[in-house]
Amino acid sequence: MAENASSDVREILEYRGFDELLRPVKVKAEVLLKGKITRDLVEEISKVKREPDWVRRLRLKALEFFEKLPMPKWIYGIEELDLEALIHYIRPATEKARTWGEMPSELRSYYEKLGLPEAEAKILAGLATQYESEIVYSMIKQALAKKGVILEDMDTAIKKYPDLVKRYLFKVYPFTEHKFAALHAALWSGGVFVYVPPGVKVTAPIEAFFLIGTSYEAQFEHTLIVADKGSYLEFLEGCAAPVYSGFSFHDGMVEIYVAEGAHVKFMTVQNWSRRIINFNNKRAVVERNGKIEWIEVALGSRSSFVYPSSILKGEEATSSHTVATIANGPYWKDSGAKVYHLAPNTKSKVVSKSISANGGVSVYRGLVKVVKGARNTVSHVSCDSLILDEKSKAYTYPHNQVDEPTATVTHEATAGRISEDQLFYLQSRGLSENQAKSLIVLGFLDAVIPKLPEELAYILKKVITLEFKGVG
Amino acid sequence: MFTLGHRLDIVNLTVEVEGVRILRNVNLSVESGEIHALMGPNGSGKSTLSFTIMGHPKYHVVKGDILFDNESILHLTTEERARKGLFLAFQNPVEIPGAKFEEFLILALSKMFGKRIKIKEIKESIIKELREIGLNENHIRRGINEGFSGGEKKRAEILQLKLLKPKIAILDEPDSGLDVDGVKAVAKVINEVSSEGTGVLLITHYARILNYVKPSKVSIMVNGRIIAHGGPELAYEVEEKGYEEIIRKYLG
Repeated sequence: MAENASSDVREILEYRGFDELLRPVKVKAEVLLKGKITRDLVEEISKVKREPDWVRRLRLKALEFFEKLPMPKWIYGIEELDLEALIHYIRPATEKARTWGEMPSELRSYYEKLGLPEAEAKILAGLATQYESEIVYSMIKQALAKKGVILEDMDTAIKKYPDLVKRYLFKVYPFTEHKFAALHAALWSGGVFVYVPPGVKVTAPIEAFFLIGTSYEAQFEHTLIVADKGSYLEFLEGCAAPVYSGFSFHDGMVEIYVAEGAHVKFMTVQNWSRRIINFNNKRAVVERNGKIEWIEVALGSRSSFVYPSSILKGEEATSSHTVATIANGPYWKDSGAKVYHLAPNTKSKVVSKSISANGGVSVYRGLVKVVKGARNTVSHVSCDSLILDEKSKAYTYPHNQVDEPTATVTHEATAGRISEDQLFYLQSRGLSENQAKSLIVLGFLDAVIPKLPEELAYILKKVITLEFKGVG
Repeated sequence: MFTLGHRLDIVNLTVEVEGVRILRNVNLSVESGEIHALMGPNGSGKSTLSFTIMGHPKYHVVKGDILFDNESILHLTTEERARKGLFLAFQNPVEIPGAKFEEFLILALSKMFGKRIKIKEIKESIIKELREIGLNENHIRRGINEGFSGGEKKRAEILQLKLLKPKIAILDEPDSGLDVDGVKAVAKVINEVSSEGTGVLLITHYARILNYVKPSKVSIMVNGRIIAHGGPELAYEVEEKGYEEIIRKYLG
């Protein structure tokens, strides 16, 4: 990216700090399915999407698991959600656009407010946007398409590249793992498929952007990324939802296959409005010498449950997880990382920083598993929490399962309260309490911020300053 | 005498910290351009006085008042006191890891002086004063006081004194832990701000710094009370005789 572009990008990304600017979107629904989660509902979604039979059968199988699997015990606040009362599928009355001009103006102005056309022009290698349950826009730079890079909505990908999709869909993340993975697999719609051919490097990010426009809606997008041997991909995930009454539910899934020697950098800025209960199932399988990097910045949503996992399957595969979580206000943020070391000489690193303020709760839930035979595995986890006041809380649940004696697995955790003396010191120089807090918070995140791409670092700083701005 | 300057008056001040009475009926005043030295043995309550003036939430005024330009400031927050022109150079400044010292200085200065100065000018003056006090660009790129030596922390406090141009400054042992060169550098800034009109309450344990800074008033505090008020001669008396003899003399 050109040096001078970065200030423009900052301006663009800045818009995304203000979800209250967004009014509910008024785009008519062509198809709207809601109510009880039954076999009929699943069949109907599949029919509307004109899916091949193998996909329909997968959905029905997943439904069986959803019905069978117990409600996870660790989910807090789920009782606020009546799954049976949600709208599970909305097809907006619009064709998928290849240019912004083709898009209905109501929707286009929305994306313009979010700065997406500008971001596309300036930094992105490709962009796909989802509204409600379907992708409404997608484009990829010609040069990449010529090299064989694929960016398609999932419905199209299933039809155009059935073998490729079939090989990985729900293979990276089996839907049998928990109730919400199964629910996702029964009802999923939207999301993108990305394929990067051997040796091709996609160095500017491809972005997927998800918009939930309606209350009492559930969004179940599915993103599948296949990075072939020796390839490189940067992928950016963004989201927005206007502020409306009632809650909506997000239960997405990301599956990433990192082939031998490939490297995928997957970045998320989760900035849902406070009306969203956010669930995301993210997993990567990494082959020999491959590398997965997860960068997860969790700013928004009412409650959030996200634990990207890395399965280091091939020798010398590596993973890096960077997690920054902010729970400011009466919100619950559950985040973490899971790493499975299945082969010798694999390496993983997890850095998590969480901030709790004004009654917020942040939770780190992590797992490092090293199987017998994964010789000379090295794993290091560090998680720090900062608690800003008496009303707020932070919990850390790291879990290690190490069955290999030559493995080196280390963990460090700190939890600290902001000190009265630090606040006093800063206020004695004329700073307000909120300015003092945001300065301390930024200082706390200092170890994470330089790891983020410049633009993400900027938006994070901006949001923190806004979050703790208050009066004065 | 009529003066256009500012003044801080401590009037019959009694202070408790977590239910323990630390200061009793303290009376003290500082005016613009004046240096008032407050001396006393360790644990006599000097730092308590400085924290109370600045409004630390743990320090409770049980009786008496603190007046700035003849108005009580007891109801003001620490931030408001700072913005009125009060400043405290801490004896042991806290470290705030990761929070960039330079960003903090810029924020504090632009809040204090508002739109009157540009960010570029602020940055230039920071660099200039930084070198004057014997620090360098490396220090302001770090977290606030992060990993600073004792002496560097003192210099960093004095840097803020110079930059923020307070009306009344309370300097809590700005000389302790410094070598001779450090004491000289700190003293130079104290003299400068004093000649520019800042009123200075200089809290010190040793008389050493008084070789470079000339107070016009000296007070001695022992066990939370002021036991003696005087001129510069009182400081020399302390240096000569030590606190024990002074205490015997004034408390009998």
